[in-house]
Amino acid sequence: MMIPSPWRADFPAIAALQRQDQTYLDNAATTQKPQALIDALTHYYANGAANVHRAQHLPGAHATQAFENSRSKVAQWLNAGDSGQIIFTHGATSALNLLAYGLEHVFNPGDEIAISALEHHANLLPWQQLAHRRGAKLVILPLDHNGLIDLDAAAALIGPRTRLLAVSQLSNVLGAWQPLPALLTMAKAHDALSVIDGAQGVVHGRHDVQALGCDFYVFSSHKLYGPDGLGVVFARNDALPRVRHWQFGGEMVLDADYQSARFRPAPLGFEAGTPPIASVIGLGATLDYLAGLDQDAVSAHEAALHDYLIKGLEARNGIRLLGKPQLALASFVVEGVHNSDLAHLLTEQGIAVRAGHHCAMPLLKSFELAGAIRVSLALYNDSQDLERFFEALDQALELLR
Amino acid sequence: MSLPAEAVAALDVFQNAAGWEQRARLLMQWGDRLPALSDADKIEANRVHGCESQVWLVGALVNGHWQFAANSDARLIRGLVALLLARVNGLSASELRAVDLPEWFAQLGLSRQLSPSRSNGLNAVLQRMNELAG
Repeated sequence: MMIPSPWRADFPAIAALQRQDQTYLDNAATTQKPQALIDALTHYYANGAANVHRAQHLPGAHATQAFENSRSKVAQWLNAGDSGQIIFTHGATSALNLLAYGLEHVFNPGDEIAISALEHHANLLPWQQLAHRRGAKLVILPLDHNGLIDLDAAAALIGPRTRLLAVSQLSNVLGAWQPLPALLTMAKAHDALSVIDGAQGVVHGRHDVQALGCDFYVFSSHKLYGPDGLGVVFARNDALPRVRHWQFGGEMVLDADYQSARFRPAPLGFEAGTPPIASVIGLGATLDYLAGLDQDAVSAHEAALHDYLIKGLEARNGIRLLGKPQLALASFVVEGVHNSDLAHLLTEQGIAVRAGHHCAMPLLKSFELAGAIRVSLALYNDSQDLERFFEALDQALELLR
Repeated sequence: MSLPAEAVAALDVFQNAAGWEQRARLLMQWGDRLPALSDADKIEANRVHGCESQVWLVGALVNGHWQFAANSDARLIRGLVALLLARVNGLSASELRAVDLPEWFAQLGLSRQLSPSRSNGLNAVLQRMNELAG
């Protein structure tokens, strides 16, 4: 069965990688970029770069206009409406750190922060270190055997001491949607703040932060076919006043004296220093491109590819999948074969997949694994990419067994 | 400085290897010939960090000549380590300091194994060897 991608030619790097005999299946790490984004970056740099929110001159006005247009496009992409603000940061990790520092004052000794057992280090370490700073307790919500946050256990662990719930929408290792509505209801029932790490989730399908009802939603641009060095925080209006200013300098200030200063409200008050202007403009172009696609067709394509991937893996002997991947990716180990050996031989054959702990060491340890191989898909992948992967996998296993 | 006999043998087979498959088979053969490391040596203090796999490296100067022993639970890194030991074992302290190890792997046609993004651990092994060699 052939599963061609009608969008493949929109991403020039895919053809370039193919000329280097490389098959790119590491999309959960970062994605290739559409021509529309490359054109927007070129246009910005070729037609007059300028800093934003500062200068009265024409290039500054153009840059600021384009920059703020991107903010509106992100708000539209998440259907934020006027329910909250879009804050630009330097990445998803930086966005989660902004929240962990900006909300630090909310926590007192003995207060609890609930995260899940599958969190990426970016949604684990900022909260872990916050807990250390404030004498708070980090509570880990366990997973069920399908790799989903166990709701019965969560109901027992999220309680009156919970000040904040921070969970991923879609695991970067297990590839399964987490039961966010139920978890967010629990958080709300206990007046806990809620943070959703949408780094993987935002890439697949459209998400509505108003319908979701979380206080904060975080994602990174580069995983969503956008430029790197850019993260996004959606912050709901009700929750926003609880976030204190974190990084200082640049145009986040309202009024400064030598000994004191007052700061701007969101979003600018949380965007210290010169923001990644080109990346913000580029993300706007990416979102325009994505908005022009038939979203149902994209989802159907991704689902068909994923099905093909899972069936191919399941058809081979000795392969153990981690969890029950529903979409986007699959992580696996092979009985009697070291990940490092398999990764080595896949690399030799031009297959770009990820091997290792995937920035989720505690999760891998819970599977009693030091690492796993992860194949992750994007809308430009096709069944031939997967065929090449399976051929390389079979060759590698034949050599190793 | 003449090459150790093992190193000459390695150069001979690896320089004549055609394609990734043959190189991989050779690496596994060399890895399989690496003597097992005693459990006493497989301790945390001898573990090389920064590898996907577990790699242990021990070394001592015996009568003025370096004798290293190493092993790994992964087969290809074990082969790479065997090629490393073939080049350095028996060298004096000053000879070891003079060896260009990245160049050694380049001669074997394995320089890609040392690219900075590789997490196979060969870079970490070389670094540990430098630390041991002082």
